[in-house]
Amino acid sequence: MSKQTIKIAAVVLCLVALAVIVPRGNSFVVLLVTRALAFAILAMSLDILLGFTGLASLGQAAYFGVAAYLTAILANRYGFGLHWDFWLMVPLGMLTGAALAAIFGLFAIRATGTYFLMITLALGQCVWGLAYRWNSMTGGDNGITMKGGRPQFGLDLTNDVTFFYLVFAFFAATLAALYVLVRSPFGKSLLGIRERELRMKILGYNVWLHKYVAFIIAGAFGGLSGVLWAHTNGIITPETVVLTTSVDALLMVVLGGAGTLVGAAIGSAIVFGLREFGSTLVPWWQYVLGAVYVLTILYLPMGLMGVPERLRQWRATQKKRTTKNLASVPS
Amino acid sequence: MTSILRKRLAPVLMGTALAAGLAMAAPAGAEELRIGYLAPLTGGLAQTGIDMRDGFQLYLDEHGGKLGGMDVKFIIEDEQGKGDVAVIKAKKLVLQDKVHMFIGGVLASTGYALAPVSTETKTMYIPSIPAADDLTQRQLKDFPYLIRTSWSSSQPHHPLGQWACDQGYKKITTIAADYAFGYEVVGGFQKTFEDCGGKIIQKIWPPLGTKDFGPFIPTIKADVDAVLSLMVGPMPAQFIKQMRGAGFKKPILGGGTSYDEFVLPFMGDEAIGDVSALHYSAALDTPKNIAFVKAYRAKFGKVPSYYSENNYTTAQWLDEALKKAGGKFPGPEELIKIMVSIKLDAVRGPVSFDDMRNPIQNIYIKKVEKKKMFGYEKDELWNTVIKTYPNVSQFWTYGKEKFLAQPVYNKDFPPCKFCE
Repeated sequence: MSKQTIKIAAVVLCLVALAVIVPRGNSFVVLLVTRALAFAILAMSLDILLGFTGLASLGQAAYFGVAAYLTAILANRYGFGLHWDFWLMVPLGMLTGAALAAIFGLFAIRATGTYFLMITLALGQCVWGLAYRWNSMTGGDNGITMKGGRPQFGLDLTNDVTFFYLVFAFFAATLAALYVLVRSPFGKSLLGIRERELRMKILGYNVWLHKYVAFIIAGAFGGLSGVLWAHTNGIITPETVVLTTSVDALLMVVLGGAGTLVGAAIGSAIVFGLREFGSTLVPWWQYVLGAVYVLTILYLPMGLMGVPERLRQWRATQKKRTTKNLASVPS
Repeated sequence: MTSILRKRLAPVLMGTALAAGLAMAAPAGAEELRIGYLAPLTGGLAQTGIDMRDGFQLYLDEHGGKLGGMDVKFIIEDEQGKGDVAVIKAKKLVLQDKVHMFIGGVLASTGYALAPVSTETKTMYIPSIPAADDLTQRQLKDFPYLIRTSWSSSQPHHPLGQWACDQGYKKITTIAADYAFGYEVVGGFQKTFEDCGGKIIQKIWPPLGTKDFGPFIPTIKADVDAVLSLMVGPMPAQFIKQMRGAGFKKPILGGGTSYDEFVLPFMGDEAIGDVSALHYSAALDTPKNIAFVKAYRAKFGKVPSYYSENNYTTAQWLDEALKKAGGKFPGPEELIKIMVSIKLDAVRGPVSFDDMRNPIQNIYIKKVEKKKMFGYEKDELWNTVIKTYPNVSQFWTYGKEKFLAQPVYNKDFPPCKFCE
């Protein structure tokens, strides 16, 4: 059994455990996990950029928000996406996210590092500004409440458990799709760009195009996350597309471990757990979250997924030290 | 292989165990009144949230932790001043704590976010602060389990517009935070002011949370008779300082939140003489209010704001209703029916409900004065009541049908006919 197979087996096992255990929990836990899963799709889409292409984007909430607003507006005004047409809404949301990313990418991809960060931040805030000021369309500050409730098509998604399974399925599918993507030759060349862009250029790769396509794919999955989020949350406000949402996604990726996909999901689970469950238990949950961030960055630059690696290194140095000690003892 | 597997699985198993642990968190126990309370306790609105909570808590403490003879389990959740956080917290309260009702929220947008949760979960919701007009107007039919114990945004500002007209002001510029609450306050003021013959000649909309009014103040037209401001959160103190600092000598009127007791301690003498309107003033010279202010100040070290009073009164209203219901929770529809029938002698004055579940109450026109009150030693800023409009409904004098026929006040309604 190769290492990779074991990893996959572990992830699949976890997913199965999740699908079995969560519905047995009380309904608030079901809701919480659903939210974390829907958001994890956004975090994973960002991981494609941050972890696999080396592009730290602070505008991922834009695609998420646009798709969420689209879902809410179509549902409220035209009743679209509340029945079987939900299955049309999903690709539509993904297309919208991708289209927006295709436009933003033209501006953003030319820059790297901090400049890329700043441009994506600015573009993301444009979407926020639009959501906040375009009253007639977005309801401004009041946002949009999904009046029609969740979709019903054979499956009754108003039932929280059914809805959890749907979001779970999308989550698992996204994880699988993105995994295939990053293992593909295309994914490998993204890794190459992350490691050494110049060398890839010299080797004859069209670096710009690779980054651009990765950016659009990330936008599409951001859009998917947005469609699910609109139905999970039931209300879309400018708060959904504000900078904090992008930062949250970025922190989740870093917390779990960039370049691992699963790490983004773990990050999402931890942040949602602390923020939405922790805050019901203790008033000082923000300190806990802050401490987790700081400690991760100080001691686990590879994120939580870097823990096994870290342990291995630690063991290796321990072993080395013991051998060295033995060697230094005069015989 | 096993060791690798163990290493890989350890964090996962821990996570799963945690999830299982959460799943087993027990629901609350038997015969008691469980009230879920949503207030921002972190973030920019935290102080407001604390005032709200303290107001409700004070009533509970004064009555041995009971409402209508029922033991109250008061569960407070931090809604962080964000609509979608409020929604998930409300769901937590309903699904996990099995509360009989949830109360609170601050922003109008939070009110709009929470109301559908009450409909969806068939749980009673009392927006004890969110003032969005349409919650108890054009959208009320969507929210059968909602009853509002506070106010609607335009309610105090209809009389303020009338009052401004009565003072002989002809031309007024409005400068208000650019969001729904601002539109409703300005809209209410403009409607009555212009119906009485005044003219709004300019509307300025600084973004919510503006900290420097430098770019906005010079654009105010020189020939206005007065300015109406609607500021929220940390904006009012800064605005008034910059206005007077820029040499503006004409009267400044304020929407309720521009001068309430929540911001007054942070203002300097430059605020003296400014006039605002609201359904409560801490300077109300009634025995009930004096007792309330003294008790609140002794306990929490500050003068109560309308945030405190509204929640104190919410508790009082519930207390009376539950007493009438015989000391048990009769279900949301029944309790709302009972509440609507109760006329209350509240701290803020006599209050009762109209048929759209919004209070009919006195509106106070208040002038900021520096003086000693209620035997406190220091000179402080107080909102002295200079005129009372008794029993004002959310529809002012227009009548329900006529009022509801017009759209909810927004940036374009009423249209600015006299804008130059």
